[in-house]
Amino acid sequence: MSVLEVSDLVKHFPIYGGLLQRQVGAVRAVDCVSFTIARGETLGLVGESGCGKSTIGKTVLKLMEPTSGKIVLGGTDITALKPAAMWPHRKRIQTIFQDPYSSMNPRLSAGTIVGEPLENFGIAKGRERDERVARLFERVGLRPDAMRKYAHEFSGGQRQRLGIAKALSVSPDVIVADEPVSALDVSVQAQVLNLLIDLQEELGLAYLFISHDLAVMRHISHRIAVMYLGRIVELTDKRTLFSTPLHPYTEALLSAATAPDPKRRRKRRATVQGDVPSPANPPPGCHFHTRCPYAKAECKVTSPPLREVAPGHHVACLLR
Amino acid sequence: MVAITDDLPLAPRRFSLGSAIRRNPTIAIGAVLLIVLIAIAVVGPYFVGNPLKIAPVNRLRPPSERWWFGTDQFGRDVFARTIYGSRVSLIVGLSVAAISSALGLILGLACGYFRRLDGFVMRIMDGVMAIPSILLAIALITLTRPGLGIVIVAIVIPEVPRVVRVVRAIVLSIRSQPYIESAIAGGTRNAKLLLRHVLPNTLAPLIVQSTYVCASAMLIEAGLSFLGAGVPPEIPSWGNIIAQGRTFFQIAPWTILIPGAFLATTVLAVNLLGDGLRDRLDPRLARRL
Amino acid sequence: MTALLEVRDLCTQFSTLDGVVRAVDGVSFDVARGETLGIVGESGCGKSVTALSILRLIPPETGRIASGSIHFEGNDLATLGEREMKRLRGHRISMIFQEPMTSLNPVLTVGTQIAENVVRHLDVSWKQARERAREMLDLVRIADSRRRIDEYPHQLSGGMRQRVMIAMALSCDPQVLIADEPTTALDVTIQAQILDLMLELKEKTGTAIVLITHDLGVVAETAERVVVMYAGRKVEEAPVDALFERPLHPYTRGLMAAIPRLDVDAESDGRRPRLQEIPGLVPRLTQPIVGCAFASRCGLATDRCRTTAPPVVDAGGGHTVACWEARP
Repeated sequence: MSVLEVSDLVKHFPIYGGLLQRQVGAVRAVDCVSFTIARGETLGLVGESGCGKSTIGKTVLKLMEPTSGKIVLGGTDITALKPAAMWPHRKRIQTIFQDPYSSMNPRLSAGTIVGEPLENFGIAKGRERDERVARLFERVGLRPDAMRKYAHEFSGGQRQRLGIAKALSVSPDVIVADEPVSALDVSVQAQVLNLLIDLQEELGLAYLFISHDLAVMRHISHRIAVMYLGRIVELTDKRTLFSTPLHPYTEALLSAATAPDPKRRRKRRATVQGDVPSPANPPPGCHFHTRCPYAKAECKVTSPPLREVAPGHHVACLLR
Repeated sequence: MVAITDDLPLAPRRFSLGSAIRRNPTIAIGAVLLIVLIAIAVVGPYFVGNPLKIAPVNRLRPPSERWWFGTDQFGRDVFARTIYGSRVSLIVGLSVAAISSALGLILGLACGYFRRLDGFVMRIMDGVMAIPSILLAIALITLTRPGLGIVIVAIVIPEVPRVVRVVRAIVLSIRSQPYIESAIAGGTRNAKLLLRHVLPNTLAPLIVQSTYVCASAMLIEAGLSFLGAGVPPEIPSWGNIIAQGRTFFQIAPWTILIPGAFLATTVLAVNLLGDGLRDRLDPRLARRL
Repeated sequence: MTALLEVRDLCTQFSTLDGVVRAVDGVSFDVARGETLGIVGESGCGKSVTALSILRLIPPETGRIASGSIHFEGNDLATLGEREMKRLRGHRISMIFQEPMTSLNPVLTVGTQIAENVVRHLDVSWKQARERAREMLDLVRIADSRRRIDEYPHQLSGGMRQRVMIAMALSCDPQVLIADEPTTALDVTIQAQILDLMLELKEKTGTAIVLITHDLGVVAETAERVVVMYAGRKVEEAPVDALFERPLHPYTRGLMAAIPRLDVDAESDGRRPRLQEIPGLVPRLTQPIVGCAFASRCGLATDRCRTTAPPVVDAGGGHTVACWEARP
């Protein structure tokens, strides 16, 4: 059973211009995106900067209002909920941010930050809250006596642990993790990834894991959605994606990625040239046709739908 | 279970006065000067003579052992008048800073946080900002009786919008910080979000701004008193001491130079404190201002 | 053959409120003509400070090269006068940075910026310099160079800006190009393009490249030789194939085991394997480190490791390592 269902999600950011600041256009950050995440599952959202993956994260968290589409969290449609009506549902979906430095109020102690959701939802306060926070600290591998310290006294990896502890405090069903390890050094990144996997297996959490790093994605995800300019171009389980990628963009991403293996160096090829077009003015038809080595005439006019080409394997390409 | 991975990297640094002064010499100098001046203003008047006592025999005496700062054209002791005058300057400076910061904080928070209020309030603030404070004070005083209170009101009104602008800009930048989103996602609601996450982070830059307000209020008060639109002449203030001494400047320069030096020192002390605090509390603001 | 650039016992220090930070602590390496040397390590390991030291771009208010030498074309860059240094920078040695936007002047066109560098160092007219700038833009594969030469940095994409930086860095045919995280700010597909371009230009121009990065993948695919740094020290140096096939230092091994792999199909049973963690934290650089810098996090550490810093020893085949316990 899925704990998060997103269908036809659209998020446009208006562009204002001219003397009267009228709306002159829109950045189509997210353009008709659908996916589901089951309990205990990690869905990876991978793509390059500006592909809309972070916007999806913020929209399902209702930190941003979707333009259209539907977000169903554990059976409740939260799409149109106003902040007050959304509030009780926030317990069920939590988030871990990319930047452990700016995602913590510099003037609060670590214990206060981690315990805040417990207070907010009236789950625990006073001594009981402190005890729970201490247990959370231990659970993520921090000393409970560090509760009195301030965020700046922790290292990057430790702050990310604090962020995880905070997200866990209200026992959510879903955690949106937006680039949670990309600001960390390799050795610390390993610690945080291991922790995330342990917690998932223990608590049955569902992760929406957003990253640009294919290797991290491959490590932590069960299924992966590849995004390009606001659309999902390929969505399938991890093994299929890496063994038989079908979309030319997925292929390009895989062949462009570097690997710590000098023998592979001759195999790597930058198969796509050029830059990602602006999401304010994406190319017509298939967004990828300007860089696609296989593009045909019809790709320039027809926008390919996301079709299921094999069980569980969805691709948006006219040629496959 | 996950093992406890590592020790915390930073040991808290022990506080020592010596290193604090070495690190922030401007704060130390400004604070010491200001404390001395406040002490003079509070206790000084109990030790000096009557600042209003007229003694025509002794008029325009230069500084000497008996009259440390000399006397003015009515034979009044400039030392006593200067010490009493420090009260006016400091009361005006500190109360304008406090009142305009408080008002500015409330309005600035409201504008920065509740975007619907923003356009409306900010346009009013722009309007208020366009009124020159000297003219406003003269107008207010001609309508009412001159007095310390009315001077303070006259200076507060045009200062408030400046504080509102600063606070609003800070609130807007705080609102876009990830920790605010993180707090919202953690179920923090509006009132708590404002009080716990937004407000404390506006205070440091607000304190810095209020020192500038304080310094400029003291200067404006002196200016108003000099023009005769400030505190009534029977209350000695640095501004009206200078105003009354100006006709005798060439034969008795001490009547102007000494209160002038006090005024300059006080403003300098406040500004030093403000600059020091700014560098200490918010290095980014230092570059913006 | 003698090395083009010889760094010997380089120590660079910064004075901070917490004490003297030994950012680079006795590092030595050579760069041969036309080779690509990778310097790899985690944040704070001193790799960027090493690069800045070679170019003498350490801010003089806080930092200084405390000891050591940097020999290049008969000069010791560690002690060379600022005027001579200015003549070398951007001419014989040049550098590209992580964020091209901050290293380009936003109010000058890219053509002007490249041509200025050419005129500063070579005896040519402005017109010739402009022509050189256009050739360089062609060389770095910026399409439509006649139009792009008159554009401002903000009109270009991130990848194109990095190409412009490379064009500028190579405009006076330097002997050494120091690239500090040149692709870290770029997307994967753009990173691949820039890495390919750098390798291709190296073949074409014979410029030696010092590539500084935290990314073992980037190093594996571009460098010929690799220096691994940890806490301001060099812990291992080897030809790239040897390093990845047979890492000797426990830190290098730890790093390699800690990265999630894209190229190895590890989970045949569908389970996700655990990554190997390196426990603990990097030591603080404000206190002198006694013994091996990695000892506190190392599973093999003995008492000797904690008291005496290991010397750099030769493990054969150009492979050197600073570890008491490493077994070839």
